[in-house]
This record gives sequence, C-alpha cells and structure tokens, in this order.
Amino acid sequence: MKSFADLEAIRQKTLDKVNLRREHEGTRIVVGMATCGIAAGARPVMLAFLDEVSKRNLLDVTVAQTGCIGMCRLEPIVEISVPGQDKVTYVKVAPEMVPRIVQEHVVNHNPVDEYTIGAAE
Amino acid sequence: MALFRSQVLICGGTGCSSSGSGKLIDRFEELLEKNKLQDEVKVVRTGCFGLCEAGPIVIIYPEGAFYSHVTVPDVDEIVAEHLVKGRIVQRLLHRGSLDDTGKVRALDDMDFYQKQKRVALRNCGVIDPENIDEYIAFDGYKALYTVLSEMKPQDVIDVLLASGLRGRGGAGFPTGRKWQFAMNSAGDKKYVCCNADEGDPGAFMDRSVLEGDPHAVLEAMAIAGYTIGSDQGYIYVRAEYPIAVKRLELAINQARAYGLLGKNIFGTDFSFDIELRLGAGAFVCGEETALLNSIEGLRGEPRCRPPFPAVKGLFDKPTILNNVETYANVCQIILNGAEWFASMGTEHSKGTKVFALGGKINNTGLVEVPMGTTLREIIYDIGGGCPNGKKFKAVQTGGPSGGCLPASLLDTPIDYDNLIAAGSMMGSGGMIVMDEDNCMVDIARFFLDFTVDESCGKCTPCRVGTRRMLEILNRICDGKGEEGDIEKLETLADNIKATALCGLGQTAPNPVLSTIHQFREEYEAHIYEKRCPAGVCQKLLRYVIDPAKCKGCTLCVRVCPADAITGNVKEPHVIDPAKCLKCNACMEKCKFGAISKQ
Repeated sequence: MKSFADLEAIRQKTLDKVNLRREHEGTRIVVGMATCGIAAGARPVMLAFLDEVSKRNLLDVTVAQTGCIGMCRLEPIVEISVPGQDKVTYVKVAPEMVPRIVQEHVVNHNPVDEYTIGAAE
Repeated sequence: MALFRSQVLICGGTGCSSSGSGKLIDRFEELLEKNKLQDEVKVVRTGCFGLCEAGPIVIIYPEGAFYSHVTVPDVDEIVAEHLVKGRIVQRLLHRGSLDDTGKVRALDDMDFYQKQKRVALRNCGVIDPENIDEYIAFDGYKALYTVLSEMKPQDVIDVLLASGLRGRGGAGFPTGRKWQFAMNSAGDKKYVCCNADEGDPGAFMDRSVLEGDPHAVLEAMAIAGYTIGSDQGYIYVRAEYPIAVKRLELAINQARAYGLLGKNIFGTDFSFDIELRLGAGAFVCGEETALLNSIEGLRGEPRCRPPFPAVKGLFDKPTILNNVETYANVCQIILNGAEWFASMGTEHSKGTKVFALGGKINNTGLVEVPMGTTLREIIYDIGGGCPNGKKFKAVQTGGPSGGCLPASLLDTPIDYDNLIAAGSMMGSGGMIVMDEDNCMVDIARFFLDFTVDESCGKCTPCRVGTRRMLEILNRICDGKGEEGDIEKLETLADNIKATALCGLGQTAPNPVLSTIHQFREEYEAHIYEKRCPAGVCQKLLRYVIDPAKCKGCTLCVRVCPADAITGNVKEPHVIDPAKCLKCNACMEKCKFGAISKQ
C-alpha cells in the first residue's frame, strides 16, 4: 500500500459488503418471501434485485425480504420505498422486469406504473 | 463481488464463544448451504456486543433483529423462519429489543445500549475482526494516513493534549504528556508498548477490544511510533487470552501484507513494526516497569521510578506504554478532532470509559459510557439492577487497587477524580456489584488474598505487610477477631501505602480501607458480636429451626451428616450448634422454610 488512493479503494470495495450494518436512510426493496411468494418465483426475483443493485453499486439501497403480504394470487410481490415518496407495490414481478424497475424507480425515482398493483387490478 | 441481502453477525468474543457461538456459526453455514442461501446471506464472526449475560448473541441485518441465548436447535428455526421466509422469530428476540408496537427497535434504542456511547468499542460487534478490509471500510488506517501526510509529531501531541485523553489503565495520566516526554527524550532507539496484561479480577475490557477490533490498537501504536520517533512496538498480552492473541497475530500479518506495518508505510520514510509478547499471567506484570522487565526476558518485578519509562524504559531506551483502551481512543480523536472528544465527559475526565459489569447484576457485560455518567445509571438503567429483587449494597471499582462504594454514593458522576475522592479509583474498569448477601469483610479478604498471592515479593511492605493484613482478616472472619484489629489494619495499610515500591503494592490496602470506612459496622459485628450480618462467613453462622414452622417431618435429621439435629416425629426439632458443620444440607431440604442462618 503506497497511497491514500489504495486505502480508499479497499474502503470503497468493502463498503457495500458492510453497508447493511451502517445506519442509512436509503431506498428499501422488500420482496415477499412467504411460501406463496417462493412458490410463485420470488427467489429469482430477489436475486435479480441483488444482482442489479450490486452491478450499479447502489450503496444506499437495502434488499430485504418479508412474509406474506396477503395477496397470494399476485405474488411475487415487491414493495419499494424511496425516501420522501409513497411506497409502491409491484405485483407478479419476473426477473426480466427487475432491471427496468431499478433503473426507472430506484435510480430515477419514477415508479413503473404498468407493473404496479394499481395496473394489475 | 456478491452483494448479500442479509448478514448474520455472531459474537465470537470469549464470553459467547464459551457459551457455544462457534457451534452456531457451523450450523448456520451448514443450513444456509442446504437452503442454497449461501450467496444471499453472509455469516460474520464479530467481536463482543457487550451484553455477555445474554450470549450467545446473533444479530441479523438489515432488520437488526437481536437474538439472545441462541442454541443450536434455535438456528434451524432462525434459518427456516427468518432467513427463508423473512419472519422474525419473536420468541428468541432479546427482551427489551422490541418497541411497544412489537417492531424491532434499533440496537441503539435498547435499554442496555441507550445510555452507552461506543468510542473504544465502536467496531466491536460490527466488523469481522479477522478481516482487515472491514476495518478499512469503517475508516480504518485513515487516521494513520492523516497523521503521516498532514501532521508533524508535535501536532499529534497537541491534539491529544487538547482532547484531554487520560490513560485508561487506571492511573489516568494524560496521554499527550506521556507522549511528549517520550518525544523529547533523546535516544537512538525508542519503543512503543501496549499493556494488554489485563489482570484485575472481573475486568475484560481490553480483551474485548483486542478480540473485536485489533487493528484499532495497531494503528494507534503506529501513530505513537511516528510521534515519538520509534520504529518498533511490542504488545504485551496475557497468554490466557487465546482468542485475542490469535486475532492480534492475524491482524499484524494482514497489516504487514498491506504495507500498513513494516518499511516505508504509505510511501513515506516512516517504518514501524509490532511484535507480540505473551505474559504468563502474573498480576504484577500489568505494572508498567515489571511489564518492561518481562518483555526484556527478566523477572517480572517493578523497577524504581524515576527514571520513568518515557526517559529510560524498555532496554533502557525512551518508551511509551499505554493501555489497550487508551490506544483504541487515539484514532477516533485524530479523525474526529480534539473538540469532539473533549465535548464528552467531565471537566477533567474527557471521553468515554468502558466498564466490565459483573457480580450481582442482571446484565453482566461490557458497557461504554461517557465520563460523568452516575453509578446509578450504569447499575440500574444499563445493568438492570440486582437479580432476584435483592437490595444493592455496594459496587467495587478499580479491582484490587480500588474500593467499595456504598448505596449512598450511587449518584456520584464517575470520573477519575470523583472516584478517588470517594475512596476508590477508576482502575482499569472492572465493576463488581454486590447485594445484601455479600459480606464486606469477606470481600476485602478476597481481594487481599488475591494481592498476597500475586505479590512479586521484591519489597517488604507488600510481601509481608499484605500477608499480615490477610491474617487479621482471616481471624475476624473465623470469629477470633479482637478489639484493636480494625486499628491494626489501618496502621498496616497506611504503612504499606506509604512505603511499597510499585503502584500495585501502594494500592493493595485500598479494598480493606474503603470497606472499613464505608462498612465499619460490619467489621464491628464480626469482631464484637461474632456475627456475620450477611450470613457469608461460615464459622460465624448458626443454623436454627423456627419451632413455629417446623412440622417435625424428620427430613432434616435424615440429611444431616453430623447427627446434629434431634427431635421427635411431629414435634419441632433443634440443631446442636456444637455438632453442626454448617453444610447447609438441612436448609436446602426443609420444605417448610423453618431453618434459617443467623
């Protein structure tokens, strides 16, 4: 190690690994992972979110799981809360939809209306 | 690099390791693999969270669920419910970690953590101590870089002086002044030493720092090396701390591999390396000059001071020797500034202090509070008071060098000067709580017994004087106390304080003096009435049967090994004190609570 840049590189590289343990107020992506959700394919959806968040190096985003939200027929269900905005619920989410949701909603703060629960009902 | 959605933090400190956290880690890893979760969930072995009473402890992020007393079968449930289905296992959550609505409270909002301020322990229980990258992610080695690139040695000392940091080993000498002396001393070679020979009974603050955040000590020692002009450091750590030793060795090797120890650190012409020296566990080697002797390979015996180590220390070269916790504060002061540190604490004691809470207290564990926090806040708000509704009697601070503080002093704000004024001392930070069932004469005897055992024997006052005091205390506890014993103890204590060679000898009589001062009536009860008010001193006890409660069931007669109990069936029994061995067997067996100790 010869410079501060070397140190900073390691710090940045490790930061997203330990980020969950720090206090942060960022966006939360919550995937319904009860039996119904898992049966409907929630796990690949969550992995797709993790992958996308990691690829884009979004440090203030948490991907979490939750239990059954109560609308099992619409699983996989994903809820996204961006600080300062209303929570948005996406239904029947497939891994292919994930990059667009992350790009438009998580990064640019424009919910993808056509995937939301309002559009499905 | 993979991003994990969830992280399982498991305490790998000595407390939780001995209650089985290692097995939990194995089980978690096994089950994660079985459920194919190993790429989503990461298991991290951390340092101590502080709440050792509730161990083994598992914290799961991002929810921040705080599970306590976790067993291996519990792991199956946590994985199946929490990690697979996202449902927090309510039954295993630590009491007090939920708010009124049943939601998981942030760790900092829990009663145990609310009044705490973690500076020295900031990374303990947060990072993986065996991974230097995690330390760096939490601003590790940034202070060293700042010092090497932007500060002159005198700047570092000025910051430390302005911060008001005082030695955390017990005596409370200003750290900045110590470093100044060593910097000003001329010498071709200088040394930086770390005292990790934590010997006080009941103290484990340093162990937790070394186990949970070893790099913080290494980084601060390198800063000290730069400041005084030294290229070699030694950490003197006791061999009874195997986990701490292992993590220190690992940390030193990782720092060397990154070039954060060794030649030309950060491309500057500053070079510094650290070696470990293991102590065999002699209490006296925690005394600074005895410690230096021990590093040199000599007998662990104190030297005369002056000359002080800053002038003539290790191998007769200028040396600074600081305690682990002192070093653990240094990097934070450099990063956050002297004003930040000085904003915490009291007028002459700045910052925070770590205490090891033990004895008759609900939340046994490690707490870090700002200086000036009262004993009451530590013992009741954080520690949760005495178990089983017993009445608080006293708290012992400062280990064998300190004293006992009674309930009347509970509202004393804790800092170096207040504790000394109250007849005790800060010491390294052990805090042993005693309730109404503790006999203060017995406590004084316990500590003196420890000092007599550990006296190195170099000077007569400590070698002979403490033994004479112990003999008197033994006599008092055996019911053979005489008039004048208290005065004899006081005279001996004064002489030892005035004439012993090292700090440990000079403070050895403190537990006796402070208990005489605060609890003189207990001594008098032992000596004049041959009675132990707390019912501890076996030879002064009398077991009696209350005739009103005794049903004459003869159970006690059958369990008594000495045939000391007589009586007819269905009539009250009596105990013959001359035959009674005070073994307690009858009292344990009596179904009617008719037998009591007096």
